[in-house]
Order: sequence, then structure tokens, then C-alpha cells
Amino acid sequence: MADLRSNFIGIKSPNPFWLASAPPTDKEYNVVRAFKAGWGGVVWKTLGEEGPPIVNVNGPRYGAIHGADRRLLGLNNIELITDRPLEVNLQEIKKVKREWPDRAMIVSIMVPCTEDSWKAILPKVEETGCDGIELNFGCPHGMSERGMGAAVGQVPEYIEMVARWCKQYTRMPVIVKLTPNITDIRYPARAALKGGADAVSLINTISSIVSVDLDNFAPMPTIDGKGSHGGYCGPAVKPIALNMVAEIARDRETHGLPISAIGGVTTWRDAAEFIAMSAGTVQVCTAAMTYGFRIVEEMKTGLSRWMDEKGYKTIEDFRGRAVPNVTDWQYLNLNYVTKAKIDQDLCIKCGRCYAACEDTSHQAIMQEKDGKRHFEVMDDECVACNLCVEVCPVDNCITMVRQTKGVDPRTGKAIDPKPANWTTHPNNPMALKAAE
Amino acid sequence: MADRKPDISGKRLTKAEYAVNFTDLHPPLDDHEALVESDRCYFCHDAPCMTACPTSIDIPMFIRQIQTGHPKSAAKTIFDQNILGGMCARVCPTETLCEEVCVRQVAEGKPVKIGMLQRYATDRAMMDDKHPYTRAKATGKSVAVVGSGPAGLACAHRLAMHGHHVTVFEARKKTGGLNEFGIASYKAVDGFAQKEVEFVLSIGGIAIEHGKALGKKLKLAELQKNFDAVFLGLGLQGVNALGAKDDDTAGIEDAVDYIAELRQAKDLSKLPVGRRIVVIGGGMTAIDVAVQSKLLGAEDVTILYRRGAAQMKASPYEQDLAQTKGVKIKHWVAPKKVLVKNGTAVGLRCDYVMDVKGKLVATGETFDIAADMIFKAIGQTYVDVLGGALALEGGRIKADAEGRTSVAGIWAGGDCVAGGKDLTVAAVDDGRRAAESINAFLRA
Repeated sequence: MADLRSNFIGIKSPNPFWLASAPPTDKEYNVVRAFKAGWGGVVWKTLGEEGPPIVNVNGPRYGAIHGADRRLLGLNNIELITDRPLEVNLQEIKKVKREWPDRAMIVSIMVPCTEDSWKAILPKVEETGCDGIELNFGCPHGMSERGMGAAVGQVPEYIEMVARWCKQYTRMPVIVKLTPNITDIRYPARAALKGGADAVSLINTISSIVSVDLDNFAPMPTIDGKGSHGGYCGPAVKPIALNMVAEIARDRETHGLPISAIGGVTTWRDAAEFIAMSAGTVQVCTAAMTYGFRIVEEMKTGLSRWMDEKGYKTIEDFRGRAVPNVTDWQYLNLNYVTKAKIDQDLCIKCGRCYAACEDTSHQAIMQEKDGKRHFEVMDDECVACNLCVEVCPVDNCITMVRQTKGVDPRTGKAIDPKPANWTTHPNNPMALKAAE
Repeated sequence: MADRKPDISGKRLTKAEYAVNFTDLHPPLDDHEALVESDRCYFCHDAPCMTACPTSIDIPMFIRQIQTGHPKSAAKTIFDQNILGGMCARVCPTETLCEEVCVRQVAEGKPVKIGMLQRYATDRAMMDDKHPYTRAKATGKSVAVVGSGPAGLACAHRLAMHGHHVTVFEARKKTGGLNEFGIASYKAVDGFAQKEVEFVLSIGGIAIEHGKALGKKLKLAELQKNFDAVFLGLGLQGVNALGAKDDDTAGIEDAVDYIAELRQAKDLSKLPVGRRIVVIGGGMTAIDVAVQSKLLGAEDVTILYRRGAAQMKASPYEQDLAQTKGVKIKHWVAPKKVLVKNGTAVGLRCDYVMDVKGKLVATGETFDIAADMIFKAIGQTYVDVLGGALALEGGRIKADAEGRTSVAGIWAGGDCVAGGKDLTVAAVDDGRRAAESINAFLRA
């Protein structure tokens, strides 16, 4: 059995599956249920300043994108940070941590961007005995209008400043939660590092409007005829999160900065992918909100079985293994030639590959042979774009086969076994200059 | 077996049992089921299902329209090709047409439920008060359509759409032809056939005259004189003879008549049915009469067919349905002699037969089977009421691909034409194509 234990910036948990700071971690009741179900840790729903708690809308908070059979693919929310009194939250955090000492207990915090505000709340949080704090610089809705959340996360200088205050006023490990609502995720990550943060977590939700009510011409969810953008999460955002995690992992400055990955983690496989992209832990929210806490069981057994099959004994054995393989386009091997191949035994003759290729790609698939319905790739037209593979409804029916010798029938050029990329390509004016 | 009197009576079941037995064979899909099912469609290129449909409905398109929340657009796509798409959704042997070639049938043995989706879409459109088509400007031309079955209705609708005035002549007192009189009850519940007739006629411009059978009150020459064009959708009015001795004995019934009677019965408990039923035949009519007899409370129902299961015109699906309902199918048997007592048939003596180089030969062995009612379901024939006015081919009216007969100005379609597939959907296709041809002719 693989060892799933995680040690993330000194915070230990029995497995790398944490619940993200969100509605599922709003109070003792939920968190205890989560721990009973087997979650390795939680990031408690974001605490705000002392004083009158914030209020939420009293109409719908969520909107969604559904796939077939109402499978939830993307969720959008306009819920704010905790609307319960600070004192109540702190008491519950302390109690739960005391009762569940082996689980990671991180507390998410969002207070105004002044030194006094952070200085005031940090000792109170530290007093709970929690394992660390996560600075919520991410929420794109509501709180950002008040100068908090994403409003801070979008300004690297503020991130650095607040991270520094936190490191100054507490001994707890500091995780900075990043917003994806920026143009280049590396800048806020570098700022967090400069400010002394121990780790970053990402992504927070993406600013979004999931749909428009076409009867009332209002965004959904609609509150009395109006709507406000919310934060998008769930399976749909995973590719965005994965890229942002990769960008930080391979950046010269932030390489090695511990990352707690968030964004559409729904199955063990998603988690394995984020860990392969260097994440130390993964945080889950939408999947739990969709299916309940029990899913962690599948995540744990799934990850464990896969690790056993691959011979990985610990998380560290494969963590970050995908990072060196993320590169820039210009370094991709242009001498790598593949052709799509349709397995005629598996082909069910739906013709989707043909329609896709004929209408929108390179006219490289035939639809008839000897007067019969027959779909076959014409190697002399195939640019290996992979679209047919992606639109084919049958697993492994169309695959990409590498051509290692002979002549590429499309270009008429001999296959060069030596890799070569854009940086040395004759069509690249920069390459020509370099050659001079 | 000849000792007892035939046991034929109604009221074999309770009221509740009749209701359950004659409810929808396949309950309709609800909204969510339709969405889930429509999502299974791959939207194939040059889709095999569309090719297999005699009316060439753009099936992937209508399914996509259901999937995107517009069942009424889906219905329009269906009606464009097949105005009786509602009935076809219920009675088409989809398992041997569109669904047989669905790529998901090929891949996993589970085709997209095209028939059920078609029903879902057409049902929703037919709930609307507004007819989905408007008529073109009146042309001043008039067309006579003889027969108000699927071919005649489809033809009349398309002609009305093109702005022609149509008069439909129907021999019976009720419109609909086979849809009204020939379809098994559980395939078209809640008076669907009449609802569909109303739907088709609601386009306007179609008059119906009942009680007008061609060759009797109605003469072809008059139609030719009084109308700009004539379409014949006469159907098949004759029934094949049994070939066994005494086949006109009391107690031997034509399955089509009994099915019609059943369809028109207001109270099924008043419809007498035998305790022991024997059905002779291997097509859909044989299955329909056998299954419905069973549902009416018959105890033993046996279909006798002279060849094997593979040769039956009824699809394997229909055969399964019959067997599931408790009907027994005996293969390789042929009636030899009707067993008669007091002038009434009480059973059949049958030969066991075998195929010798394509010919059926009696093996010499026989068996007797007792029956209170014997149904003939061995095919219907075209009865030439026109006295040879139109050329025939294989005993039916000869018509070209557009439905043109040997006489200019007269078109024909449906079961009465040569090469007819004896399918509702094929008749609809004939009617629509003939209407297009007539329209082109009238506008030329």
C-alpha cells in the first residue's frame, strides 16, 4: 500500500486531500463530518475582521453549467466569506483541531489591506492551535469591491506587503492563495515568495457569468432581476489551474515554491496530475459540494492503487515529475512526425472524424472505399492535428502513430531522427540572426 | 377436440386488467429522459439512420434540436419529411430501420431510441394549437385523393401546403385508413390516430368525403374530369385465402377485420375472444392479432407459420414481444384441413413442412390443434376496382418513383402500388413524393 501521508511546509496530514476554504468548511459540524469521511485536512472558510459579520444575499448564490444527464461541469458562486461571528469560528477551529490533531487545519483569512487589521487578527488565529494560515487574495466577487480578496491578489506589491506582515506577526506557516483573474500568474507568485510566504495555493475562482436568463435578460443566478459576476470552479476550470500551477512550478524565480493546488479536482486522477505538476497537496471543493464528502474514499484508494501499480511508495516519488516536460512552444520537436490511424475493427462508422477533418481541418480522411462507408486517414494530407482523435466517440479507435523513418508523405521530406525546434528553424528570422 | 362448443366470450378480464393490457406499449419519454437519450446521439456524418428511414428524416438534426431544448423545432424537422411522424414514431419497426443501423447499435447493441425521441418531439408539437405549416397562395387547382390512409393523408397535406385544394374520398365512415383500423391498440393509445388526422387537416384546404369507395359510388373517370389531378392511396382490400379446405367456415376470421373491430371497440370487455386462438401467418398482422387476443384474455394463443423465425416478416423484436406476452409461435407448419363441428371450425389439422430447395414440402406427419377462433393473417391483396384502367405490376398498381401511374394525371402510392413495403412510413413517403410530383405538374 502506497504511503499517502503528506508533509506540506511542515504541515502534516494523513493524505494530500484537503477541503478548500469554502462553504464545506464553514463550521465545526461540516468539518467534523469531513474528517470522519477521511479528508486529510481543511482550510477553514475565510474569516474576516472582528465586528458585525458580513452578510450574504438571501437569493440564489450558485449557478452552474451542466453536461449530459445534468452532470455538473462548472459551478459559479456569489457567496462571500464566513457570515458567522469571528469568535464562534475561532472557538470551533480550536475545538476541532484539538479533537483531530492528525488532520491539517489551515485557517483562511481576509481582512482589509492595513497592517493593523492583519496584526489584530493573527494572534487570535494562532491561539486556536491551527497548523497554518491561508491569505485569501483570490475571491473575485463581492469582497473585491471592498478592496479585499482579488483586489489585493491583482496587485503583486500588495501581496508581497501583506505576506510580509503575516510572516512578521505570526510564527504560523503562511500560504498565499492566488487569484487567476490576472494576466500572468507568475507575478503574484513571485510577490508572495518575496514577501516571505511559505507556499502559494491556486487557483481561486475565476470571474464568471455562467448564463443569462433569456426571459428576464439577467445573469444567473438572478437576485431580484439583477445578477453579479461570481467565481467559477469545478471540473471546467481544471485545465486553467493546471497551467497556472505549471507556470509557477517552472518559473526560474518561483521554482520549488510549495504549491497547494486547487481547481476542479474531482477524482484521484486529477489529484495525481496536479501532484505530478509539483503540488504538495490538493484542495477540493466543488466535487465535495456535488457529491458529498464520501468521494475522498475514491480519491484515496484511487491514488493509492495507481501509485502501487506504478511502484511509487510515497507522494514525493512522483511529485513534480511532469514539470520538466512543460516547455515553451518554441522548444517542441518539429521533426516529430505522427499520423492519425483509425482502427477499422473499433470504428463504428459514425463519421465524426470525417466531418471534423473535412469541414474544419485538413481534408485528410476519406469517407468511402470501394463504394462502402469507410473512414480512413490519408497520410499525405494528415498534419496530425489530433482533432479526429478528440471527436471520436470510441476509446482508442483513432490513435497517433509516430513515423520514425522514410519520407513524410505530406511534406515529401525525409524524416529526420534528430530533434529540431523553432529556435533553429530556417523560417525563424531570429534563428537566422543567431546563425550569423 | 370436437366434443366441446367453441368458447368465445367477452368479459374475460376485469376492467382494470383491460386498462393495463391496452395501455401504451412503450410509455413516452419525459423531458429529462429525452435529454439524456438525445445526448447519446453522435450526430453522425451522412448518418446511416437517415439513410435507413424511408422518409429520410434528418434524424441527427432533430435529435440535436431536442438536446438543445427545442422539441418543437425537432418536430418540424420530422414533419418536413413525414407529416405522420407521430404515428410512425409509434408503429415503425425502428429495430429494422433507423435503429438497426444506428452506430450505437453496431457498437454496443444499444441504439439511440430514435423512435421514442421522435414521439417525444412530435407529441410536444401536436400539443400546440397552431399548425406548424402555412399554405402557399391558393393555386386554384384541385386534386382528388382517394383513400385517407397514411399515403393519402401525407399526399393531401403536402398538396394543401402548396396551395392546391384537396378532396379526400374515403370508403369508410372514419378517416385514417390503416392508422385508424389496422394498428395494434397498444401502439396508438388515447385515440392518437384521430388526433393526428385532425392535426394533418388543420392546415386547411382539405375536404373529406366519407362513404365514397372507388369503383362503387365513385368513378375514376369522374375524378379525372372534375379534378386537375388524382392520387390513389387505396391500400389493400383483399385477403389471401388459406389454401386449406373449408377456409370459409364459420369460426375462421380475417385478422385485419378483428383488429379493426378491436380498434373501434368502445368497451373491450364486450369484444368476444376465444379461449384458444390459432393465428396463421408470420407478419406484423399475425403478431398484432395474436398479442391482442392474449391481452383480451385468451388463454392459449398460437401462431402457426410455415417457415422459420428468420423468414418471418415480423421482426425479431415483434416476435420477442409476442412471446413475452405469452404467445406461442410454431414454425414449419402449414394448415392442411379445417376441423369442423356443427358447421363451425373447432381446430386445424396441420402438416409439418420442410424446405426442399426453396419449396415447402409436407413431411407426412401431421398434428391437430384445437381452436375456438382461427385468424387468417397471411397477407392482403390489391383488389383492382378500376377494371384494368391502370397498368398493374405483380398484382398491384404500377407506378414510377414519383408515383405516376400508366395514365397521365393519375398518381398512386402506399400499399396499393407495386413494390410497396407494407409500411406506414413507406406509404407516407409515397404520398409526399407524389404530392411534390403533382405540384410540379400543376405548376408547369
